[in-house]
Amino acid sequence: MSIISVQNITKSFKTYKSEWHRVLGWMGVHVAPLIEKTILEDISFEVEPRQAIGLIGQNGAGKSTLLKIISGTMQANAGSVSLNGRVSALLELGMGFNPDMTGRANVWNTAGLMGFDKDQIENVMADIEAFAEIGSYFDEPIRTYSSGMQVRLAFSVATAFRPDILIVDEALSVGDAYFQHKSFARIREFQEQGTTLLLVSHDRASVASLCDRALLIHEGRVAKDGDPEEVLDFYNALVAAREGSKLEQIKGEDGRVRTISGTGEATIENIQLVDENDDDAESLLVGDKAAIIIDVAVKQPIPELVVGYMIKDRLGRAVFGTNSFHTKQILTDLKAGESYRYKFEFDVEIGHGNYSIQVALHQSDSHITKNYEWRDLALTFTVANTKYALFEGTSWIPPKLSIEPLKVKETN
Amino acid sequence: MKDLVLSLWAYRHFLMNSIWNDFKSRFVRSRLGAAWIVFQPLSQVLIYAFILSNLLSAKVPGISNTYGYAIYLMSGLLAWNLFSEVLDRCIKVFVANANAIKKVNFPRVTLPIIEVGAAVTNNLILFAVMIVIFFVLGHPPGWSFLLILLMIPIIAMFAMGLGIFLGVVNVFIRDVEQVTPIVLQVLFWLTPIVYPANIIPEKFMQWMRLNPVYQFVDFYHQVIVQSLVPSFAGVLLVAAMGVAFSLFALVVFRRAGPDMVDVL
Repeated sequence: MSIISVQNITKSFKTYKSEWHRVLGWMGVHVAPLIEKTILEDISFEVEPRQAIGLIGQNGAGKSTLLKIISGTMQANAGSVSLNGRVSALLELGMGFNPDMTGRANVWNTAGLMGFDKDQIENVMADIEAFAEIGSYFDEPIRTYSSGMQVRLAFSVATAFRPDILIVDEALSVGDAYFQHKSFARIREFQEQGTTLLLVSHDRASVASLCDRALLIHEGRVAKDGDPEEVLDFYNALVAAREGSKLEQIKGEDGRVRTISGTGEATIENIQLVDENDDDAESLLVGDKAAIIIDVAVKQPIPELVVGYMIKDRLGRAVFGTNSFHTKQILTDLKAGESYRYKFEFDVEIGHGNYSIQVALHQSDSHITKNYEWRDLALTFTVANTKYALFEGTSWIPPKLSIEPLKVKETN
Repeated sequence: MKDLVLSLWAYRHFLMNSIWNDFKSRFVRSRLGAAWIVFQPLSQVLIYAFILSNLLSAKVPGISNTYGYAIYLMSGLLAWNLFSEVLDRCIKVFVANANAIKKVNFPRVTLPIIEVGAAVTNNLILFAVMIVIFFVLGHPPGWSFLLILLMIPIIAMFAMGLGIFLGVVNVFIRDVEQVTPIVLQVLFWLTPIVYPANIIPEKFMQWMRLNPVYQFVDFYHQVIVQSLVPSFAGVLLVAAMGVAFSLFALVVFRRAGPDMVDVL
């Protein structure tokens, strides 16, 4: 049985010509609103127990609204949400603390709002104080807190009792690195004990590391539902997509999904990874020489062409990336029918493991302004280390080691 | 209605704790703490008594005590303060708690209930202090004073019904919060609290009887000043209005609930 079931949720915000029309509406006299802005349209999905779902999407896509509806603070215009368990929600960086009351008094108040009684709150008070680690500020008014301290306290309260469903909206990105690690650890611990997680984040890394499923909310609808890496790639391409741009995802022989997007004025005709003899290579050795060859065909006249690539490790993290804008080799005023071969030669100074190459054709320094073609997972290759001493990590930074005995000081 | 009562029951600890906090918060930042609950209305009594007692003392009917006018003022203010405090708190409660409403899912009806509870607590303290003062002024209260304890829920219910409705409207039309003090001030002077009812010309008295605030203030006057057991007709009407207002306010509150979160 699913733990969260969202059925055909639709939400719109109404603006009336006069607020009195709204008041009349409650009394049964309905006046049509002036503007009805639809935020969510027919959203449906099911969440199985213990799943960790990342909600991603642009600002204003409706992610926070959806979380508010699921957590019950906001009502949908149509559709239903059914939850099989206790929900704890950390919405919009806070728990609605009262700035004049102390941290402790606010914990009492908020835990009370969440429906816990005196004994239950007393039992966890020490835990909350210890987890938040805000020291003597715990007994100071909230208005003296920094925003990071408020989030620490809010997270500590929201997770003081292990919920069946934990909803976290953005909050994790505010705390410092130390607290982020600590809260991630607590979330993982809850997951192991059976908590279902619903997370909104703009941070690719936290979605990739905490979630096993991602939902892309775009223009009020679920645009993509699936494996986090695939959905995140699709989202990236969507951000770059402009009118007349195509966007497709192809499932490769290895089962990984490749995302291709762009407006198509210039296209990638061929991508190769070659060794120093210009032979195609899929596996390289640390210290080899290699090159990425990208053949570009210009389909329509364009003012400027920049070609770039990014090498990523198996988790999708960037290892190295650059483009012809940064190398100051921008081609300008290209005509239809022209074609170019870009050859990026480099030394394989990366550690053993699996890597992928992402390639993009665009204008100026990044793909955000104008994206002709973008390909995730365009090529994959492996690197092995047979020639050099064993090392860990993706960067090859060989040291020169010298060891010399230190003179021990005479003690008398 | 049933789930409303159930949710209030489930949140009873929270309600009690919040009312206690509201009371306690007066001690946290001010030196005189709860004394302010009493000082504020008593200073009002002193001012009016000082300025007006010479003008009006002879005209307070039904009491021979030298401090008759002060006692008259205090009894009227006891009723008025409860009414205006409950009303004012209920009007502001949703806007003031916007943060909690947006971020935590809880039965929102607890919010006005806490405000009413806190206002009633304040009023009970004021009532207790006034009883002490009445002894000191040589006007010991009789058994009929217990009727005041019956009146407190009636006035609170009446003000709550009106307050919750206006409080919901205030979320969308914030002018309500600004207009209220003005309307309250006019109502205060339209009700015989500072002046005795007998100076009102008879032709206006029939209109005065339509003022629900007059009905319960007059009841307080009769009980406290004249130590009578008055007729219940007027206050029963206020009680009926209170129930009607409260039910109406709850319906509006229910219907406006979803919209409220959208605009807060």
